[in-house]
Amino acid sequence: MGKFTEDDLKKELETKEYEYGFYTDIESDKFPVGLNEDVVIAISKKKNEPAWMTEWRLDAFRIWKEMTEPEWANVRYTKPSFQDISYYSAPKTKKKLDSLDEVDPELLKTFEKLGISIGEQKRLSNVAVDIVMDSVSVATTFKKTLNERGIIFCPISEAIQNHPELVKKYMGSIVPKTDNFYAALNSAVFSDGSFCYIPKGVTCPMELSTYFRINEGGTGQFERTLLIADEGSYVSYLEGCTAPARDENQLHAAVVELIALDDAEIKYSTVQNWFPGDKEGKGGVYNFVTKRGLCEKNAKISWTQVETGSAITWKYPSCILKGDNSVGEFYSIAVTNNFQQADTGTKMIHLGNNTKSTIISKGISAGHSHNSYRGLVQISPRANNARNFSQCDSLLMGDKCGAHTFPYIEVKNKSAQIEHEATTSKIGEDQLFYCNQRGINTEKAIALIVNGFGKEVLNKLPMEFAVEAQKLLEISLEGSVG
Amino acid sequence: MELKEKLVSSFLAFENKGNIDLDSTVHAIRLKAIHNFEKEGFPTKRDEEWKYTSLNPLLKNDYSLFPNAEKSVGFKNVKDYLINEIESYTLIFIDGVFSSFLSETTHENCDVCVLSSALARPKYKMIIDNYFNTIANKNSSLAELNTAFVKEGAFINIPKNTIVPKPIQIINFSTGSEKEVLLQPRNLVVVGENSYVQIIERHQNLSKNTTLTNSVTEIFVHKRAIVDYYKIQNDTNESSLIDSTFISQKQQSVASVNTFSFGGKITRNNLEFYHEGEHITSNLNGISILNEKQHVDNHTLVDHKSPNCESHELYKGIYADKSVGVFNGKVIVRQAAQKTNAFQQNNSILIDDGATINSKPQLEIFADDVKCSHGCTIGQLDESALFYMQSRGIPVKEAKALLLYAFGNDVVEKIKIPQLKTLISKLIAKKLNVQLGFEL
Repeated sequence: MGKFTEDDLKKELETKEYEYGFYTDIESDKFPVGLNEDVVIAISKKKNEPAWMTEWRLDAFRIWKEMTEPEWANVRYTKPSFQDISYYSAPKTKKKLDSLDEVDPELLKTFEKLGISIGEQKRLSNVAVDIVMDSVSVATTFKKTLNERGIIFCPISEAIQNHPELVKKYMGSIVPKTDNFYAALNSAVFSDGSFCYIPKGVTCPMELSTYFRINEGGTGQFERTLLIADEGSYVSYLEGCTAPARDENQLHAAVVELIALDDAEIKYSTVQNWFPGDKEGKGGVYNFVTKRGLCEKNAKISWTQVETGSAITWKYPSCILKGDNSVGEFYSIAVTNNFQQADTGTKMIHLGNNTKSTIISKGISAGHSHNSYRGLVQISPRANNARNFSQCDSLLMGDKCGAHTFPYIEVKNKSAQIEHEATTSKIGEDQLFYCNQRGINTEKAIALIVNGFGKEVLNKLPMEFAVEAQKLLEISLEGSVG
Repeated sequence: MELKEKLVSSFLAFENKGNIDLDSTVHAIRLKAIHNFEKEGFPTKRDEEWKYTSLNPLLKNDYSLFPNAEKSVGFKNVKDYLINEIESYTLIFIDGVFSSFLSETTHENCDVCVLSSALARPKYKMIIDNYFNTIANKNSSLAELNTAFVKEGAFINIPKNTIVPKPIQIINFSTGSEKEVLLQPRNLVVVGENSYVQIIERHQNLSKNTTLTNSVTEIFVHKRAIVDYYKIQNDTNESSLIDSTFISQKQQSVASVNTFSFGGKITRNNLEFYHEGEHITSNLNGISILNEKQHVDNHTLVDHKSPNCESHELYKGIYADKSVGVFNGKVIVRQAAQKTNAFQQNNSILIDDGATINSKPQLEIFADDVKCSHGCTIGQLDESALFYMQSRGIPVKEAKALLLYAFGNDVVEKIKIPQLKTLISKLIAKKLNVQLGFEL
């Protein structure tokens, strides 16, 4: 074999198709495009929602109508037209499912293609999966095992029916309807999502997982996740996302709310691999997500994200450290290639005493992409002995991409201790040479170095997904050195 | 009447008073600037660049725009604010008017004089046409406001291969002849190839009356030239300063700007560096030591456009009482600027609970073969170091002051004029309210 040059690599990468870009031929029940109060009511009706929920949605819709799209993010795109989107699309073969065997075989095939064969996971990795396809939850596995411990893990539409007291109490308490443009839109039209409640003192025995997929063209996915960890409980939660390759831009505007009550711990991991658009930057998913968690006393919330997909990512998983001694963590790898743009980061709001937060953000940009870190660390006047450590590193591949950092640090208490550092560099030629010299080809060497670069974050992922994430990194990046 | 309307409506009167030649290029520049200002108005907190600094407390005053009654100011009134131990050229402005009596100018080897004469004399037309208002940021409404009312300031023109033998001091005094006064000095500095100059700039209020200064300085540094610029900001609590400094550098030049902010009500420093060649070095240093309700906002931009350049940025802050410190450092590395080294550091200490620090160190990088980093820390004095000193008989107040002094020392050490270093050390000691017990 001749020398595998960087140009070869580049070519290979450019011609590389999106692996998850297939479309499943499942007949789906889809609303006509457009958004008005009738559509909101229709969605609510479709879900058999109680009147208070319909009212809640309509309220959100009225708020949304008054709002304008945010412009401040460091991304450029043609704005989606909100009247050209269908706000509801469900696989038609929906019926009450008790076990996996009753799931449409066509659907199962889809998941197998995705590499998340439910059956396999059930057997091997002991993971409970809730799958949301085109905004509708199709299967929740392991319900029985979880029920025994009093853990509620179900589609949010079911939770609205069966646990209205919890939903009423917590939904919108962390991300209010008025929070921002996309959160308001989501509050009005969300079709499904996951709901999870861990009772007092319970350690969830397995990883909980949700898989999101946009299948139908011209639809938007608006899911809503609500996760409540009661006092002293622990849960680790993972979400994964894919979408088929399409020319037009698909919209994804999700809201995730986490509540960690006293002494609880939530670990929330995301592997996001929405369709990033082709190499000309055509198509791809617009990913506008609002994620926020609240920590009560001694509670801990840890966000881990691996972002490799989406044409536009606009996402700031945040922690409100309200209780004393609470801890917030944010670990992120964002990879952008071709014409992808990512503006991601976190907000750590320190309100309680002795609160701690850690931010590790790794950005990798290649091709013509732009990768921004935007983070806020805020220490309120009453938060004594707050501690923050932030590190954001960027790796640039080629001279047509950009890496940007916009950290905001606001401190109003003298006992705070804040450290922030950021670096930008490229893959060292000496490092590559060292690897080549030992018989590792350039492609492998880059994967090796990038994995090393992101190791601090990858280590935080649950075992089963760390491997998948590493592979994703390699796929998105291989040889983009120019 | 609001300040903006007042400014816009007095523009005609200002031009008439100055007997402006309506055909001159300066008139055209002014006219355009006032239009821009009228359109944009003063920046508000909604403007991302002004997120942490509100100008509202300054804009409600009824400023006198053209102070005329000049009080007699003698050398004894101003000598405390000059560095007298060294020989220097001095440019002294009293309420915006040049005081030839107190100043020492020159036209030997280099021009150290006033902008009004440079604007008027045909001899300098070339320089004015080539440089004046070419790098001042047209998107900054405050710089445009200054341009619209440009009248007086320092004009420094250093020809090729000239080492200016003594530092140049530019000092703007306000005397309080009017209750509230708005001053808009404008400085133009052109440094030719292989030349070297040191400049010290200071704004001082001699009374207890309110002063707002909106100053703009343009500095051009040609090939292999070296410029050291020092800004001393230790004004009274009634005085506010908006300072915009724009620097354009040619290849292999070195420009350093050191900002010492110890006083003033609201101080805003806009410092922008533009690179126009390879192997350029830019140094930005600053210390802010604030107490009471003082507010200092250091806004810096280094725009790397060409390869093999360096920038080093170091800002330190000590904030007591209810003071507010803002640091917003932006480094842009453009696609062509490969092999750039850009370093940015901001360290702050909060002494009291009422104090606030807002820090926003930004990097925008479009080139891959670069070394860029920024660091930002906010912390306290080391308890064990304090204990160590106390156990050796140093009272806690002095021990704290010594540690704070040491914290700021690496910026002080960068001062190249020994007498100025002593002055700054004294100012720091005074601000920290201790006798350091040693002279530097």
